[in-house]
Amino acid sequence: MKILVCISHVPDTTSKINFTEDNTKFDSNGVQFVINPNDEFGLTRAMWFKEKQGASVTVVNVGTAETEPTLRKALAIGADEAIRVNTAATDGFSVAKQLANVAKEGGYDLIIAGRESIDYNGGMVPGMVAGLTEAHFVNNCIGLEVDGTSAKAIREIDGGKETVSTALPLVIGSQKGLVEESDLRIPNMRGIMMARKKPLTIVEPVASEAETASVAFEKPAPKGAVTLVDADNLDELVSLLHKEAKVI
Amino acid sequence: MSVLVYTESEQGTFKKAAFEVASYAKAVANQLGTTVTAIAINAKDTSALGTYGVDKVLNVTNTALDKFNANSYASVIKQAAEKESTKVVVLSSSADSKYLAPLLAVGLSAGYASNVVEAPSNTSPFTVKRTAFTNKAFESTQINTDVKIIGVSNNAFGLEESSGDASAEEFSPEVPNSGVTVESVDKATDKVAIADAEIVVSGGRGLKGPENWGMIEELADVLGAATACSKPVSDLGWRPHGEHVGQTGKPVAANLYIAIGISGAIQHLAGVSASKTKVVINTDPEAPFFKAADYGVVGDAFEVVPALIEKLKAFKAQQ
Ligand SMILES: Cc1cc2nc3c(=O)[nH]c(=O)nc-3n(C[C@H](O)[C@H](O)[C@H](O)COP(=O)(O)OP(=O)(O)OC[C@H]3O[C@@H](n4cnc5c(N)ncnc54)[C@H](O)[C@@H]3O)c2cc1C
Ligand SMILES: Nc1ncnc2c1ncn2[C@@H]1O[C@H](COP(=O)(O)O)[C@@H](O)[C@H]1O
Repeated sequence: MKILVCISHVPDTTSKINFTEDNTKFDSNGVQFVINPNDEFGLTRAMWFKEKQGASVTVVNVGTAETEPTLRKALAIGADEAIRVNTAATDGFSVAKQLANVAKEGGYDLIIAGRESIDYNGGMVPGMVAGLTEAHFVNNCIGLEVDGTSAKAIREIDGGKETVSTALPLVIGSQKGLVEESDLRIPNMRGIMMARKKPLTIVEPVASEAETASVAFEKPAPKGAVTLVDADNLDELVSLLHKEAKVI
Repeated sequence: MSVLVYTESEQGTFKKAAFEVASYAKAVANQLGTTVTAIAINAKDTSALGTYGVDKVLNVTNTALDKFNANSYASVIKQAAEKESTKVVVLSSSADSKYLAPLLAVGLSAGYASNVVEAPSNTSPFTVKRTAFTNKAFESTQINTDVKIIGVSNNAFGLEESSGDASAEEFSPEVPNSGVTVESVDKATDKVAIADAEIVVSGGRGLKGPENWGMIEELADVLGAATACSKPVSDLGWRPHGEHVGQTGKPVAANLYIAIGISGAIQHLAGVSASKTKVVINTDPEAPFFKAADYGVVGDAFEVVPALIEKLKAFKAQQ
């Protein structure tokens, strides 16, 4: 089985989010970039398929040279090879178009992307890749088994989960629950050394037009001070929630 | 040319989000000077939609659509959009709608903006405000395609009633074979789902162990709320993964979020900040959550929560 894992290069979850150039650009100053958490769950599951079922694992990112350390990290975790599509990621659709092209050219059986990225946060790339490649698609995937060309997946739904059966080629939107938190891997020295020798291929983008454009950012309005209520006076809390906040 | 809204139902009954997206669609239709058409799949009674601004309902009744399927549903909505020559399609942020929206976007060659929190600020160029960076910021996004898809964040726009009757029309689109078959559904029917909840009661590591969740569930029961938890609580297996909220879990946009024994780490706050009113119960007055909360009680959850349950029961009895 040939697996393609789509890796988005995002600010670490502890990052403070700021903007520059008149609030039109994300300020990456002092920001640590990481593999998008949802992609890390997917990559970890891909490693399981590699080790247990003999799959090959390619990681791909659409981005400029700045994202290469993130791809190297995925190689250090154990992916076999990396592809970088050499263009700045603009909107979800144009990224999906590049990824769909890589997927078609490489003839992958399983394409793993994150349910959503924590930066652009669109939640659109996996579904669009599925739509563009006409592969089957399971989003919010928290369980996946592959046997030959058939697959069984578990999808989280609002208030529960469902089990589905489908077939390869398949795209999944991965998220927490797909693997155990304790199975996530931190690259070790040997992995890092090996990653330096693994192929990282740079491919040029196919023509694509952005469908959406980010015009400006803003931060949420600062919050007013908290109203503290004494633990012995919970009637007041009930009354505030009823009369002031009007939420009960 | 009408604005098309997908009004989601469950077992034949509309979800609350259906009325919210209908209200949103009405606002867009007013801006564009057009009408609202709803597409309803296997809904029993569509008359309520008129109250939220819908002019016409396309009613699809087909047993092949009894179970949700992203591909088939996207295809049905696409056919409705084409029939109506729609330029704007409005959907909710439920797990199902977010699943089908990108497929629909590819099908209609439409630009898609998700997590939208306000009516468009401009219709030419078409500009909407959405959350980005997992609620740490907002982004203004222009959609430049002829057909546009808007996914509205839960509880962001609210309900807006308008007087009117929706006319209903049977619609029989083709239902393609989907390739993904639902084998079984495992869903707690007696519990409120986080995504649909107006009130969410959430517990953190401060509760010490899973055996102490009885009072969290009881508090949720009294309030008709969903239960949720912080990430370590689900990592430790005290609660199911589906309850994990935050930047890497589920987003919460409830009217009331009650955080008990949760410190308020940046990743947690990012996911719950869209909630309107936040209450924190924590022994540590320095817990960062107090800075992000509207109301706070400094105290031991094991004393405060049972007492609060009693007070709320008394309050509910009076109502
Ligand atoms: C990549 C990444 C992603 C993450 N994503 C998320 C996420 O999506 N969601 C999330 O929640 N976290 C996330 N985290 C984890 C986050 O950083 C915090 O570790 C976590 O939120 C802390 O959970 P907690 O508040 O339950 O526990 P703690 O930080 O241990 O806090 C427990 C709190 O309980 C209080 N307490 C103790 N005893 C009592 C008592 N008797 N009564 C009342 N209060 C009491 C304490 O004062 C303390 O404030 C993420 C971390 C990383 C690295
Ligand atoms: N620039 C990118 N390069 C590779 N994969 C990406 C990129 N952007 C998004 N993805 C993938 O698509 C998923 C969802 O992203 P998004 O639609 O932006 O929320 C991510 O978790 C990645 O797996």
